[in-house]
Amino acid sequence: MTTPTVLRGRAWVWPDDVNTDIIIPFRFKARTNDPYEMAKYAMYGFDPEFYKKVKQGDLFVAGRNFGGGSSREQAPVAIKYSGVAAVVAESFARIFLRNAFAIGLPALEVPGISKEVQQFDEMEVNLQDWSVRRVKDGRVFPALKVDDFLRGLMREGGLVEYYKRHKSFPWDQLKAAPATN
Amino acid sequence: MRQAILSDDSLTFAEKVISLRADGGEKVRHPGDITILPADLAMAQDSTGPLAIRVFKEMGVEKLWDPSRVHLVIDHTYPAADEKVANLHSLMREFVRQQSCHIVEGSISHQHLMENHIVPGMVLFGADSHTCQGGALGAFATGIGSSEMAALWVTGKLWVRVPESVRVNLSGEFKKGVYARDIISHFIGMVGEDGGNYLSLEWKGLSIKTLTMASRACISNNSMECGCKLSVFEVDGATEEYLRSVNRKPMFEVHAGKKAIYKDEHEIELGKLEPQVAEPGNVDKVKTVRELEGKPVDQSFIGSSTNGRYEDLVVAARVLKGRKVKAGTRCIITPASRNVFEQAIKKGLAEIFLESGAVFTNATCGACVGTHLGVLGENEVCISSSPRNYMGRMGATSAKIYLASPATCAATAVEGKIADPRKYL
Repeated sequence: MTTPTVLRGRAWVWPDDVNTDIIIPFRFKARTNDPYEMAKYAMYGFDPEFYKKVKQGDLFVAGRNFGGGSSREQAPVAIKYSGVAAVVAESFARIFLRNAFAIGLPALEVPGISKEVQQFDEMEVNLQDWSVRRVKDGRVFPALKVDDFLRGLMREGGLVEYYKRHKSFPWDQLKAAPATN
Repeated sequence: MRQAILSDDSLTFAEKVISLRADGGEKVRHPGDITILPADLAMAQDSTGPLAIRVFKEMGVEKLWDPSRVHLVIDHTYPAADEKVANLHSLMREFVRQQSCHIVEGSISHQHLMENHIVPGMVLFGADSHTCQGGALGAFATGIGSSEMAALWVTGKLWVRVPESVRVNLSGEFKKGVYARDIISHFIGMVGEDGGNYLSLEWKGLSIKTLTMASRACISNNSMECGCKLSVFEVDGATEEYLRSVNRKPMFEVHAGKKAIYKDEHEIELGKLEPQVAEPGNVDKVKTVRELEGKPVDQSFIGSSTNGRYEDLVVAARVLKGRKVKAGTRCIITPASRNVFEQAIKKGLAEIFLESGAVFTNATCGACVGTHLGVLGENEVCISSSPRNYMGRMGATSAKIYLASPATCAATAVEGKIADPRKYL
């Protein structure tokens, strides 16, 4: 399933350094392999009832270093399957960002964004222009560019969908330049 | 070309390994280049492996690219704490039976791989953030997630951006009561919990040669807490001696060039360090033990892939010998591997721990991940030698976790409140 180009929704605003232990504590994620079960513990550290309050198509806007700590892919999986359509942050921890692309959860880095958005502001994430738009005044915030193969991966829904369709991985298309000598 | 890259004065460790190993042949690569890197070893554990297996099956792939290079490790919740965990462990064992890859149960992955498989110059991807521990042996070792692990299982390759590097120079000698853990805690306090994001850390300086392999493993492992991709000690006499003792040889001995370009450089003078303690909530809220002495704790945990090695247990035993854990305080000691567990028993440490009133468990990640063997209840306070003090990490969301060296954790167990280890050493 290809992700739509423009995602519109209300934004949950989170602070700096939201780590993966907050996003989904180990004791829950170590006891299931079902993405919808993982979603019940999304953002548990801040609000154990988050999964009841989130609406399909909601967005995240966060500060620096979103998703730091553990390599647990269950963190972006829990966010995605709770209904959140995209995560926008000032910066992401390295493994979280890789995982987000790998599972097809749009993740955009927009420096300064967390100060520009209030809780539940209506926002648009544009995956074509790779930018974020604040609906109330139309102001557009460009996201930091990422490599095309990663955007392609995310648009196609992540590694499983991509592999099933192409029988290859998106980085295979990066033809390795031959050694000159 | 290989020799030219290895001896190139302008390249960092990360640039050299990727230049040598990436698809497209041996040629110089620089920070920012996207490359495809073949893996020598791929590891997943019991909290990332089941999801990787699920993804691998969803991709519709039947066979691993090379079962001899794939290691599954059951370490986080070993033995299974309940039925749900047991079922995920069964899923891993069944996958191993079908695929004929390696499986190890009851040693922490990073310690097991270091004791048995890692060599300098190797490319190791692990579905666990602390995989960067392999840098202690001069390996290119880094953490990934489950879906990328599944993709790696299909082709044996993964995309890697060449990272910028940061050099950390260590000088001087440790004072009494100060250990490798205090170096890395201090460093994380300096740069912040995302201060190493995407970066390759290179540990340098005259004091490196005084650091044991266990101390280097502690530093490389815990470097993850500033977000780094790699944390590397180059091969030296200590590495060679270690490799001889385990009968292994380097793939490549990679030394960064003297004129290599670093994004940043830091100096740490060991003689100025005191025992460090990170306050609850964030790994970079680091103070000296003197500033936090006297705070009461309910539990002291000594273990984890950061500080559960034999060297760490020896220090804990020095503090606990002939002393008792304070009544009302729990002290839990968990070795990092079966090998460490066995040594601790054979050499009399287990007896010291039991006589002190501590609980000495099997090797596992255990209390570090709040899943069994020392889960914290509401509002409880713990001091721990494990890597993370995040909210909810070891149990209840309201529990508080301080991080410190095994010496400081042991001294704290004796007093039931945060204590300076120097008076017990």
